[in-house]
Amino acid sequence: MITRNEILETNQMIDDANLDVRTITMGISLLDCADADIDKFNEKVYNKITTYAKDLVKVGDELAKEYGVPVVNKRISVTPIAIAAAGCKTDSYVSIAQTLDKAAKAVGVNFIGGFSALVHKGYTESDRKLIASIPEAMKVTDFVCSSVNIGTSRNGINMDAVKEMGEIIHKTAELTKDKECIGCAKLVVFCNAVEDNPFMAGAFHGVGEADCAINVGVSGPGVVKKALEQVRGADFETLCETVKRTAFKITRVGQMIAREASKRLNVPFGIIDLSLAPTPAVGDSIAEIFQEMGLAEPGAPGTTAALALLNDNVKKGGVMASSYVGGLSGAFIPVSEDHGMIEAAEKGALTLEKLEAMTCVCSVGLDMIAVPGDTTPATLSGIIADEAAIGMVNNKTTAVRLIPVIGRGVGESVEFGGLLGYAPIMAVNPYSCEDFIARGGRIPAPIHSFKN
Amino acid sequence: MKKAVITVLGQDKVGIIAKVCTFLCESNVNILDISQTIVGGYFDMVMVVDITAMTCPFDDAVERLAGIGEEMGLKIKMQHTEIFDAMHRI
Repeated sequence: MITRNEILETNQMIDDANLDVRTITMGISLLDCADADIDKFNEKVYNKITTYAKDLVKVGDELAKEYGVPVVNKRISVTPIAIAAAGCKTDSYVSIAQTLDKAAKAVGVNFIGGFSALVHKGYTESDRKLIASIPEAMKVTDFVCSSVNIGTSRNGINMDAVKEMGEIIHKTAELTKDKECIGCAKLVVFCNAVEDNPFMAGAFHGVGEADCAINVGVSGPGVVKKALEQVRGADFETLCETVKRTAFKITRVGQMIAREASKRLNVPFGIIDLSLAPTPAVGDSIAEIFQEMGLAEPGAPGTTAALALLNDNVKKGGVMASSYVGGLSGAFIPVSEDHGMIEAAEKGALTLEKLEAMTCVCSVGLDMIAVPGDTTPATLSGIIADEAAIGMVNNKTTAVRLIPVIGRGVGESVEFGGLLGYAPIMAVNPYSCEDFIARGGRIPAPIHSFKN
Repeated sequence: MKKAVITVLGQDKVGIIAKVCTFLCESNVNILDISQTIVGGYFDMVMVVDITAMTCPFDDAVERLAGIGEEMGLKIKMQHTEIFDAMHRI
């Protein structure tokens, strides 16, 4: 029999420490929608998504009500459009993005991911069309998220794609400059992208996945922070053990919700993503965890170590709590979505270079960082290349989601609203990498990738 | 047997248990366990109930109880027990 204290502990986590299930993401394969006629393709895509996901929001809301734990987002990920639409005879994929947007709105989800291309080793014609369509697609849609994988540990880095993505990010910012350059907040460049990530903006439904799957992202930085308050000043063993135990409990809730969602929607359960994902709300912040660990501000010396132990113990606790763990699983460090990170960036405690170091040990990468609007496409590409190199060499996923804020510079800020938050514009190293990026070609796979 | 947990938190006043129990009785819900304390005028109750033969849908019961809570200035939650089992039992 469950005890009174256990009941109260769970409900305190939910009511006082922002424990929630961050997202139930339904992955839907669009491979069977292939058609040479783009209008027919769009029709099939719309029908498939609105059929498969028609009850997704309803079930998410029911579960939230019955178990008393918020299910914040209900989302959809689809097969990378560059693959699904490869057979379409067309020059532009913008109409597909509009179809995805329409389908997302029809079923009531708040994001749909998968306007994506995987070009880590080279381009197909379809990849080229998709990438060229990104800026316009981000402009004319509200809920569509786009991602491009430009490198893997196994294949090296496609530097032509790195160069092009610098330009695409810049163009996307230009096209959405009247809306705070929000197009760039929905566009991620990956190295080692994962196929079952439920979190946006980088979610897509990989080609090795089933026709449909339910992937769930749990969260709870506030719960970890509250737990650490109880062990203030204790040694690192205690600190790690506390993170681990808390991650276990958080993940168990996610696992239970995922299983139940999968049962009610009659869709196989895919994975739980253990990530600690912050929101701009106070008490839902990774930065607050660093402060609780003993750092005055995120960015202070010691931050990388703190993040490394946080990330590792979240995984250790979470892995035992779920039968299938996947996605990105770790700690996210988006700047604009975490009030503590925003404040640290405003004070100058947190710089782009320190964030880059932190991405060596976090679960993703340089995420939701606003940079000056006059940052050149080549510099954006240089930042992408650095981040991809970290991912490639360390066998981890890294990502870049930068927002060059057109017409604004360091000291100013940009406000996206909602979960995307707001961000101070951070300084970028002013020295040029133009000639380096202009070389083109591929960086070969690192020596330790030859494992066969 | 299908079980649920009802938690009631807030300022103590006359009739809290009566109102909650009246609703449970009307809905054919059997109370299995009640534990209740008052600390500094703060009312804190945890009930475990049997909902196998409950006559209304679960989400209606959640809303009705939350409504009773609102009328009395309390926070009343009803949840399936699985969330607690999942978190605290391997």
